[in-house]
Amino acid sequence: MSETGQLLMDERAVTRAVARMARELIERNQGVSRLSLLGIHRRGVQLADLVAEEIERAEGVRPPQGTLDITLYRDDLMAIGPRPIVGETRLPPEGVDGRAVVIVDDVLYTGRTVRAALDELADFGRPARIWLCVLVDRGGRELPIQPDVVGRVVEAGPEQRVDVLVPEIDGRLAVELVARTAPHGGGPAGDRVREAGGPDGAGGRERGERGDV
Amino acid sequence: MMPTTAPYLGKDLVGLEHLSAAQIRAILDTAEPFKEISERPIKKVPVLRGKTIVNLFFEPSTRTRISFEFAEKRLSADTVNVAASGSSVVKGETLVDTARNLEAMRIDMVVIRHGSSGAARFLAERIPSNVINAGDGRHEHPTQGLLDMLTIRDKLGRLEGVRVCIVGDVLHSRVARSNIWGLTKLGAEVAVCGPPTLLPREIEALGVQVFTRVEEAIEWADVLNVLRLQLERMQGGYVPSLREYNRIFGVTQERVARAPRPLVIMHPGPMNRGVEIDSDVADGGQSVILNQVTNGVAVRMAVLYLLAGGAPERAEVAKHGE
Repeated sequence: MSETGQLLMDERAVTRAVARMARELIERNQGVSRLSLLGIHRRGVQLADLVAEEIERAEGVRPPQGTLDITLYRDDLMAIGPRPIVGETRLPPEGVDGRAVVIVDDVLYTGRTVRAALDELADFGRPARIWLCVLVDRGGRELPIQPDVVGRVVEAGPEQRVDVLVPEIDGRLAVELVARTAPHGGGPAGDRVREAGGPDGAGGRERGERGDV
Repeated sequence: MMPTTAPYLGKDLVGLEHLSAAQIRAILDTAEPFKEISERPIKKVPVLRGKTIVNLFFEPSTRTRISFEFAEKRLSADTVNVAASGSSVVKGETLVDTARNLEAMRIDMVVIRHGSSGAARFLAERIPSNVINAGDGRHEHPTQGLLDMLTIRDKLGRLEGVRVCIVGDVLHSRVARSNIWGLTKLGAEVAVCGPPTLLPREIEALGVQVFTRVEEAIEWADVLNVLRLQLERMQGGYVPSLREYNRIFGVTQERVARAPRPLVIMHPGPMNRGVEIDSDVADGGQSVILNQVTNGVAVRMAVLYLLAGGAPERAEVAKHGE
């Protein structure tokens, strides 16, 4: 894989955080009625799975789930060079009208991904409420966007990257703090739509590539 | 690990001949998520907001032009349709003059349909805007080739090893050429079938088999892509009569029923029912003709997305190179 980083959360820590996030969501939403989870591509999708499992464990009901790919709503789409691969957007059959929609993502950074997700959701309908649920809030916002439910707050500088690893993509569940290596072009901060930002040296990880390429 | 960006296609899409298998695969893969956009309550994403696209059609076309226009509008582009009959083309303005005048009005992309082979490349080399070939003479019709490939892949789950036979007037068909280039690059086996007068000489050099009897083609193929028989071919003396053509090369229910395996039936449209294809085949359970139309919009959205915005420095080169 890529360079090893400083371990911020191991599997047990992530699992505990997700369980707490699920309980907080239920509490803030006053139950699971009309709750729908939308995971943001890619690792938000796996996290939404984990949150949904915890909600089911606590309440006996699994909320409808969907996925959201925000690529086509990025604010820097025409400024960047190579075209990002577009992932699948699939809403639950219940739709979003009148629902309490939870946007689930791995890392909250600039807020630009969430801005894009809100715009995309508005094109699908009018949720009664939108919650933002992230595993890691690493600070560094460039837009007035705040999470409702957070697993862990991390102080990370612009020269650092927070990687959430999930079993389906990375082979394990963990959160790491990694030094940014060899930024490609090193564009302005505004280029970093993807919260976790920053390409890794291996050029392999989607999260990295989505960053400041 | 999965790559996260698509390979660069270049400034223009002139044909499939000069694209790599990876580039073609990238277009087909990109078309997948774009299918879903046409199923949304608001069928629009803001990708090409603020971009102006000119659909420059020097030949009549309904389906292709409308499909491109839907694709452009669903990506939020502003579109202008220029048809040859209503433009200064009839007053003798050259292709380049027309395009340069449009350029002067600050456009970003041109979709061109033209009766002369090579018109799309000619234009692409002379203007900095992205140029997409919507059919040039007998040369290529790349987005049709792509949508045909996407439809086969949807239906059969793969292209590698799939046997596709193109039936009909291959000689005059840009659809056939784009299909042959694209399919062979992605590992499909391609054959053509038609009257010898309507098959290009030395077509085997493109790596395709030739069948002169449609029954043999049906026995061999997984997919039949049935081409429209241009009615003006009769005046050209290529076929004696429509009835004769239908009797010998028509894709009829009777012939299709004898296929040793389920056949997928395709047609790029518009169809001459009862000539190259019978109605019961065109409307039957094996037909994916309307899937082709649906996929056409998704493929064109994918092409527009992949060409737009990329590599601005190339556009600069084109601007100053002339």
